[in-house]
Amino acid sequence: MVLCVYSMSAQPAVAGKGMATIKGGSYLPLYSADTQRITLRAFNMDIYPVTNADYLLFLSKYPEWSRRKVKSLFADSSYLNHWITDSSFNNNIMNSPVVNVSWFAAKKYCECNGKRLPKVAEWELVARSNEKSADASKDKEFNQWVLNWVSKPTAKVLPNVGTTFKNYYGVYDMHGLVWEWTYDFNSALTTGESRGNSSLDNTFFCGGGSFDSKDINNYASFMRFAMRSSVKANYCVPNIGFRCVK
Amino acid sequence: MKQPIFKFAITVAAFCIMALGCNNSQEESNTKQYSEILSGEEVAVLTDAPNVPPPITRTHPTKVIVTLEVIEKEMEMMDGVKYNFWTFGGSVPGKFIRVRQGDVVEFHLKNNPNNKLPHNIDLHAVSGQGGGAAATFTAPGHETQFTFTALNHGLYIYHCATAPVGMHIGNGMYGLILVEPKEGLKKVDKEYYVCQGDFYTKGAYGESGLQQFNMDKALKEQPDYVVFNGKVGALTGDNALKAKVGETVRLFVGNGGPNLVSSFHVIGEIFDNVYQEGGCVANHDIQTTLVPAGGSAITEFKCDVPATLILVDHSIFRTFNKGSLGMLKVEGAENKTVFSGQQDDRIYQAEGGASQTMPEGPVVAEKALTKDEKIAQGKALYTSICQACHQADANGINGSFPPLAKSDYFASDPNKAIRAVLHGVSGKITVNGKTFDGIMPKQTMSDGQIASVITYVLNNFGNKGGEVTAADVAKQRRK
Repeated sequence: MVLCVYSMSAQPAVAGKGMATIKGGSYLPLYSADTQRITLRAFNMDIYPVTNADYLLFLSKYPEWSRRKVKSLFADSSYLNHWITDSSFNNNIMNSPVVNVSWFAAKKYCECNGKRLPKVAEWELVARSNEKSADASKDKEFNQWVLNWVSKPTAKVLPNVGTTFKNYYGVYDMHGLVWEWTYDFNSALTTGESRGNSSLDNTFFCGGGSFDSKDINNYASFMRFAMRSSVKANYCVPNIGFRCVK
Repeated sequence: MKQPIFKFAITVAAFCIMALGCNNSQEESNTKQYSEILSGEEVAVLTDAPNVPPPITRTHPTKVIVTLEVIEKEMEMMDGVKYNFWTFGGSVPGKFIRVRQGDVVEFHLKNNPNNKLPHNIDLHAVSGQGGGAAATFTAPGHETQFTFTALNHGLYIYHCATAPVGMHIGNGMYGLILVEPKEGLKKVDKEYYVCQGDFYTKGAYGESGLQQFNMDKALKEQPDYVVFNGKVGALTGDNALKAKVGETVRLFVGNGGPNLVSSFHVIGEIFDNVYQEGGCVANHDIQTTLVPAGGSAITEFKCDVPATLILVDHSIFRTFNKGSLGMLKVEGAENKTVFSGQQDDRIYQAEGGASQTMPEGPVVAEKALTKDEKIAQGKALYTSICQACHQADANGINGSFPPLAKSDYFASDPNKAIRAVLHGVSGKITVNGKTFDGIMPKQTMSDGQIASVITYVLNNFGNKGGEVTAADVAKQRRK
């Protein structure tokens, strides 16, 4: 057991990974009218999602966020339940993205590292780029690739970070590993009914079937919005991780 | 065969609680007393297609606990073709749910922790926001709960309604929930669950390996697969439904879509009763019934004679090219009065054979072929023209079609073979010691073609070889 378990005593192998500069731009959420285009200033984004090893290091400094001590208000009972103990996990997931962390925990992690969680608009801006271009949102092949990943159940053992592709900005794993928390994840949807006629934002509520949505064919994007709206800030889900920006 | 049409004269007034009910089984209801006071609690029996949970015998409503787990998993769409299905309960269609009108259903939706996506359920049997969709919107690794009263009876589709809805349904997220009327359904011998769905894959029908969902085809409503119970062959061969002669069969038919409307038909049977769209009014003596996407039908029939009944979507290219074909094997004693089977098969020759002769056009001189070229051309002609009767191995069929293999009929004189093809054969002949007494129609081929096909036969099937020329054929034609 000792050999295959990574614990507090070992040194994290991938600490201090860098960030990539995102020069900003404008982003039009798929549920918005043209007038609602969001302009983003430049920011830096973590090149990789936060790993189990990264998170263990965080807990060594902030033990109040360990499994045993975390406030139940901030994380449900699934918090870090893929770990063996409060401070150890199977060695083969050391460099895999950390999952089963709540929004509260992810937000805290970023803040403690002098960073913050990305906004949905920031995350989506970076996520629409493929290897070659900053905006591949109209690229059929790219969209199908993302959709194929979304269609598959989560892998039994999550692969290491950096195993998908490096995008235009030099950022890895925006697609193909895990979903990621965003700061304002719950601001778009207020209901799980994706077809209702809400007066709040009925262009979005129609899900894949709205005539008003800007990009009704971007199913992968709809799924991300559906995923975000299915969770609450204390949920710890086996396929949601996070990364930070500043 | 027809069931006697319901005697509507029997008054429903005797049962004050039946205001909304159908008179599905009046004999039973004559002897039973019903209560509408909710009592007790039970866990619903759920089944995978083609099985159906047992009929409800309760005479009162109860609290029913239904638990469905959403599981995303790779399964076969066809032998050798894999697909990432999203399922209610681990198979397509989802589990069959059976409750009684008036039941209070406590519904639990579990989303397996290994799933990638959030899911929910919209049950068409529910009166309320989204059919329960918003109330059951569930993240992976979570479970949600809501409760509804089954106000209306009928056969209802349920499906996932998470964005993008079409893709969730298109990946297999649908099933049936039956709300029985208070007096129950009329007793039948066999009940089965058949649910149609259309699928859109990157590769064409039959292309092996793991196939991805194809959104373009889904938007154009051009599926590669249209199947019953989630897989090509789910209801054929060893998986065929079964019944015995004399039994009555009830099919609970659903159509998950996402796009196509089904023209549901059972080849070789007539529906005695069809509860169209899963409602409570029975229509009778129906050949084909429409099952809307997101809808259902209940069909009932008595099996009168032994047969393999074929379940199809009678939008028939789907059946023969996309998979919507199932079987119900009915075994038992023949009834020759109802159905005799084939009684005779004769050659039908249009008068003078005129219809088989092409109008004569200018004669194009045929290029003389080498023996090998003749054999190659002859093989193709044999396959397309001769093989249907004389068979691929040229052994013919005893009593009907004489053999061409090792044939003594033309061994000493190939002209006999030429004449048979040119003019046809009628009456008794003896080939290899066996007598045949049938008619071979004359064949409309050019002299060169006949020379080729006979040369092919002479040099194959254990015959002793030889070569026939177009001139030889022309000579026989003039005779």
